[in-house]
Amino acid sequence: MASTEMFPESRYRKTEGLGVWEHRGKVAIVGLGNSPTSRRWDGTLETSLGAWTMLAAQKALDEAGITVDDVDGVIACDKGMGDDWGGDASQGRGYFEAPYDSEDGLSGVSAHWLVKNMGLKNVKMTYHAPGCLSTALVAAAQAVGDGEAHTVLVVRGTGNMPGRYHQTPGNTTGGNGQWTNPWGWQLIPQIAFGFDQYCRTYGKNHDMMAPFILNQRRNGSMFPEGFYYQNRPDDLQITAEDYLASRWICKPMNMNDCDLPIQTAGAFLFTTAERAKDMKKKPVYVLNHVTQRGVVRSSLETMAETEEFSAHIARKCYEGSGLTASEVDVFNPYDGFTLFTQWFLEGFGWHGVGKGEALDFYAGDIRVEGPHPFSSSGGNNGNGRTRWWGHYDTVQQLRGEAGDRQVQIKHETGISGAFTPGHSDWLVLGTSPD
Amino acid sequence: MGKMSPVPDEVSKPFWDACNEGKLIVQNCAGCKGNDGKDWLQHPPQAACYKCGTTENLTWKEMNGRGKIHGYSTMYDSRIRSLQEDQPFIIAVIELEDAPEIKMFSHLPGTPVDDDVPVGGTVQVEFQDTLGTEQKVAEWRVVS
Ligand SMILES: [Zn+2]
Repeated sequence: MASTEMFPESRYRKTEGLGVWEHRGKVAIVGLGNSPTSRRWDGTLETSLGAWTMLAAQKALDEAGITVDDVDGVIACDKGMGDDWGGDASQGRGYFEAPYDSEDGLSGVSAHWLVKNMGLKNVKMTYHAPGCLSTALVAAAQAVGDGEAHTVLVVRGTGNMPGRYHQTPGNTTGGNGQWTNPWGWQLIPQIAFGFDQYCRTYGKNHDMMAPFILNQRRNGSMFPEGFYYQNRPDDLQITAEDYLASRWICKPMNMNDCDLPIQTAGAFLFTTAERAKDMKKKPVYVLNHVTQRGVVRSSLETMAETEEFSAHIARKCYEGSGLTASEVDVFNPYDGFTLFTQWFLEGFGWHGVGKGEALDFYAGDIRVEGPHPFSSSGGNNGNGRTRWWGHYDTVQQLRGEAGDRQVQIKHETGISGAFTPGHSDWLVLGTSPD
Repeated sequence: MGKMSPVPDEVSKPFWDACNEGKLIVQNCAGCKGNDGKDWLQHPPQAACYKCGTTENLTWKEMNGRGKIHGYSTMYDSRIRSLQEDQPFIIAVIELEDAPEIKMFSHLPGTPVDDDVPVGGTVQVEFQDTLGTEQKVAEWRVVS
């Protein structure tokens, strides 16, 4: 059976002091594609992640005006985000006929699966990148820059099977879980704890998040590719009272602070700046890419560590692109939990926002048509959880093709990334290669 | 609280054995000092010192069993099945009096679930039974 290697760890840009990225402006994004969206997979092959990933990939190729034969590389984030088909909810159900006779194509899509099923006969490079499409995107930037491939499809299906996923049964716990599971510590209490520390330190409170959440939903109402736009437009009209009335998941995090797991697939097409000139879409150039893999001192990430991680990401983004904070037009950091987005806003110092100032900034004019169009994508809170809407929107904004979401300020550069301050990958993009 | 029982491994076994004997110990690299000039302590324990990367100087230090509530969140919808019937419950972060850089978790037994969890308050370690095995775990109770 075919297989695909992980993109080598050594090729991610993780540290400060690397200088301007050696391929700055020499790699471009020339195609975007997104499949339809749904809350959960309905079990039909037409809406499987495999089928939807092929659909998204074809759209990205169509945008660029090229064919499957022009593609010579595929990088996939090959696992979805929920449980797999054999998980809790689907006990006893078997697989389908080939090519759907394993998890591949159902709960995730590998690079080799896509190559085979889309007939990408000229592909000479495949890689996987774990965890987040952002990781695959930065890998593609580096691979194209290095000349390992010239036209690369980057794909992920998110996947959401029926039922509650990641439930942890049993009375014993080993491995890393021995330190956390007896108390129920994991990502959600970490984020809630961090936000509580933030409020305690800076004298803020959870109610102050409402303007940001409402604006994310508003931006989602102008994002035709998004889940809510397509499936639940009423959920985009929530009021501050609705937001604050939703049930606690882990206080001070409520249900509306969490992005909704959905079923969808996305594709981004990368090529060289040289080849981009002959393609249909206006190229959006990659000015830098950054990877963050923070190491914590003890059992959890403290607020001091979170703030330092966020500032560290920003310094790396700025160093490798040569941009300064005031030169960043579009800014789409991950919001899926909304309670960590303030770390990015303050760490990057976008529009002069300093430590402890984000929640006050949210109360100002952050609409896309206003002077501070923060998170113009509407993020994952406004569009459902993919972790790629920020990248998608940034490309559309820089093309000037974001429709009703088009920002009215200058839109020549942008930064987007996911997932957390401790663990994330970032793209710095520009309309000019210079 | 229906706590899952930690399953010790080669690295963690001394820590968990000490819990069963009513002692709180933390891994120490005798070859290293922290930035403050004090002992280099690390928790959770690792196969090697994460400051110098070596294994030969790793040992254990007993802590005085006092700490402070560094912060907390309150869980209403846990993934851990065995804890779900006790929702909502506090998950507090404890910093050790002997080594504030070392953090541990606590359900704060005896402290009610409300908005008045005494952040900064002093806590004392105790050792609690778990669901699956005879393994005890460190827990913390507010003393002031
Ligand atoms: Zn050492």
